[in-house]
Amino acid sequence: MNEISSLTSRIAGWTVGGVLAALFAVSTAWAETLTVYTAVEAEDLKKYAARFNEDYPDIQIKWVRDSTGIVTAKLLAEKDNPKADVIWGLAATSLLLMKKEGMLHPYAPVGLEKLDPKFKDKGSAPYWTGMDAWVAAICYNTVEAKKHGLTPPRSWKDLTNVQYKGHVAMPNPNSSGTGFLDVSSWLQMFGENDGWAFMDNLHKNINHYTHSGSKPCKQAARGEVAIGVSFAFRGAKSKAQGAPLEIIIPSEGIGWDMEATAIVKGTKNLKAAQKLVDWSVTEKANKMYNEGYAVIAIPELAKEVKYFPPGIIEAMINNNFEWAAENRKRILKEWQRRYDSKSEPKS
Amino acid sequence: MSRAAAEVLSAPIVKPKASRDDRMMRAFMGVIGVYLLVSLALPLYVMLSKSLEDHDGAFVGIANYIEYFSTPALAYSINNSLYIATVTTVITVVLAFTFAYALTRSCIPFKGLFKSITMIPILVPSLLPGIALVYLFGNQGLITGLLMGNSIYGPIGIVIAEVFFTLPHAIIIIITSLSIADSRLYEAAISLRASKLRIFFTVTIPGCRYGLISAAFVVFTLAITDFGAPKVIGGDFNVLATDIYKQVIGQQNFEMGAVVSVVLLIPAVLAFMVDRVVQRKQVALLSARAVPLEPQPKRGFDLVMLGYVVLVSIFLIGMLAVCQYAALVKFYPYDLSLGLHNYRFDVMDGGGWDAYYNSIKMALYTAFFGTIVVFSGAYLVEKGRGFRHGRAAFQFLAMMPMAVPGLVLGLAYIFFFNHPDNPLGFLYHTMAILVISTITHFYTVSHLTALTALKQLDAEFEAVASSLKQPFYKTFVRVTVPVCLPAILDISIYLFVNAMTTVSAVIFLYGPDTNLASVAVLNMDDAGDIAPAAAMGMMIFYTAAGVRVLHYFGSRWLERRTQAWRVR
Repeated sequence: MNEISSLTSRIAGWTVGGVLAALFAVSTAWAETLTVYTAVEAEDLKKYAARFNEDYPDIQIKWVRDSTGIVTAKLLAEKDNPKADVIWGLAATSLLLMKKEGMLHPYAPVGLEKLDPKFKDKGSAPYWTGMDAWVAAICYNTVEAKKHGLTPPRSWKDLTNVQYKGHVAMPNPNSSGTGFLDVSSWLQMFGENDGWAFMDNLHKNINHYTHSGSKPCKQAARGEVAIGVSFAFRGAKSKAQGAPLEIIIPSEGIGWDMEATAIVKGTKNLKAAQKLVDWSVTEKANKMYNEGYAVIAIPELAKEVKYFPPGIIEAMINNNFEWAAENRKRILKEWQRRYDSKSEPKS
Repeated sequence: MSRAAAEVLSAPIVKPKASRDDRMMRAFMGVIGVYLLVSLALPLYVMLSKSLEDHDGAFVGIANYIEYFSTPALAYSINNSLYIATVTTVITVVLAFTFAYALTRSCIPFKGLFKSITMIPILVPSLLPGIALVYLFGNQGLITGLLMGNSIYGPIGIVIAEVFFTLPHAIIIIITSLSIADSRLYEAAISLRASKLRIFFTVTIPGCRYGLISAAFVVFTLAITDFGAPKVIGGDFNVLATDIYKQVIGQQNFEMGAVVSVVLLIPAVLAFMVDRVVQRKQVALLSARAVPLEPQPKRGFDLVMLGYVVLVSIFLIGMLAVCQYAALVKFYPYDLSLGLHNYRFDVMDGGGWDAYYNSIKMALYTAFFGTIVVFSGAYLVEKGRGFRHGRAAFQFLAMMPMAVPGLVLGLAYIFFFNHPDNPLGFLYHTMAILVISTITHFYTVSHLTALTALKQLDAEFEAVASSLKQPFYKTFVRVTVPVCLPAILDISIYLFVNAMTTVSAVIFLYGPDTNLASVAVLNMDDAGDIAPAAAMGMMIFYTAAGVRVLHYFGSRWLERRTQAWRVR
């Protein structure tokens, strides 16, 4: 018996020791930590933080990343008890919504005057500042298209052609910012009635709606669908990986939204938050955005981005962000009523 | 016990005064009871009341339910869920019965090997079969042609994935009920010249009927509450579990999430109650005079059974092989060269390699603390003295988690722990809340395992110890724990494996620093990075399988050291 209990206690001792050692594992000491909510593509987050830390080595960024709709919903839900210090890289339409809710802290970062007026909130102390534009695009898989005998669509309206039935994937605007900018741009370009009529017809060709804006393009890249309604940045990235994609800019014009930055009202780390926002409008930051995005807040700095189709700036519609933000809730509800019940049992 | 005796026992006059030892025991029982109250009963209560409130917290009665049932897109999901769960149950129980029959009633070789193969699905998150099906039957699938134009995205895919996921649970239950057959019944039937078919339906099936019913309800509950498979392969076919997720994560509509949770809770609780009633009947089927049935070799029958068992094993292993292949291919289907390209988790959604290490940490904490809590709790219930109502209440609480779907538990935790007035709010988004929710989610099975082991121990130990004036905890540490070591190890491995693979409860609870591997699989798939999702899923499998193998050898070694008293 003695031997057994001594063995047991020895094993228990090792286990307790091991667990405690793991529990108290050293954590890196930073002067300050900022919780930053973002919808920037996951593959870029490490780069963004590292570049920022080159200039501000003692501020640690703790990222909370999700797709635009979800980050927006999360921020709104946490309104009374905010967890975020800064929002860096979220759709301007979402930030407008939060401005209206009184959730943002106005701040004029150093170097604000260099930004294109389109890329900043009005007023001397703007509530948000823009980073870059992300633009809608169609990811078209040439190999699969050939297999199914499809011809490339040249316009949005082309997508309602019966030849594409079951070949199109598109993001659900309720969860994806890309999905929302698509829908809001169609309503702005075609008008409310024609816009919904267009979506009714498009719906007939949709294979499925996705949760994230990049998924349709990644699926088109893999040939899971032939056509993914997505955004140009994602298409260029997939093409760089060797996917047989053509990135199509539809002739009617393309919806776009800005990725933008703002300070959350009530943050306990206001000083550090302001430093981050200062940095986010620097030339260095803009050049970093330009590595992935063709259109940036300081337009003089913009260089061509590999695999991006030409003519993007000309195709960008005159997007009315205020209108989009004000009508967001109504549009999403209507969209859900019309299309989100693809689940009903097919007889 | 006669009625008179019962009256004497419950008579209050002769109640002995509680000793110091008793009081200490009650204090311990109270601590663990409070744990279950805080980690289970209170959150569920808060969630139920949330479903009766509007967005601003005002009481609105059943208004949310009315809205739910008048939204066709949402109400359809009830049918969809019932349909999926029913079809899965029928298919799984038939497949599992045949498999269990082959292992118990035929003379095929390698029974141990085949039995271990069927345990594979327990070691992977339920998202993984969905991913495998995309590669097998998706639009670019390896064998899409077999579907003859039907789409894998939807009910077909969900059912196949659920069958994969529920098969081991059904097989374990049915094997147990088939192994207790009494061969005298078969001899009697043969001497009465009953045909083989007749024997099958009048002896075999009735003999294992409780096992079959129990398996059916377990499978039904697993399939209706599972979230991983419909999320990955369901396409636009909505079920209750994905609706909860969409309402909460997609639209932050917590009240509607609570309503759907209550709707999902109903079939789960019903199935659970039927299962408990049936399990109680299962006992005492085998009398002491029964002669265990020994299968006799029959060449033709054995060959058919072997073929069947091999086929099922190929299905199970094949799903994993496909995932591993997908994880290694560079750019499916256009560049089939192999490499480790998809293991660069750090440039993808889901939290990167940190998520994997977090999962291992979480699983270790869950196994360690969970085993202590569960085993101590079971000990107090089984060996405790007095305090009968308290023990009964505790036993009831310990059985409850089995009936509560993980998603529902997770959502209840948001309501409870993220409430601004809750002093425990600091736990939100921490590793601790993940561990607590996982221990609670898998409490019941661990508790039952501990009870079974404790029941084998004679109550004399406690009686002798107390007459020697030894406090109960000394008996517990010196006698109970060493003797029950095999069961304790079983509990810890069960908790470890489930903590590695679970997605449902933790999906609502992880924070920026506490991403988990299983959640990463989900998020990477959501972002369209399906190959890395497969890669991470396989990392979970290798880890869980590795720990299982270690556990096997470890417990064999321990058994030799500590369990020698069993053989005499």
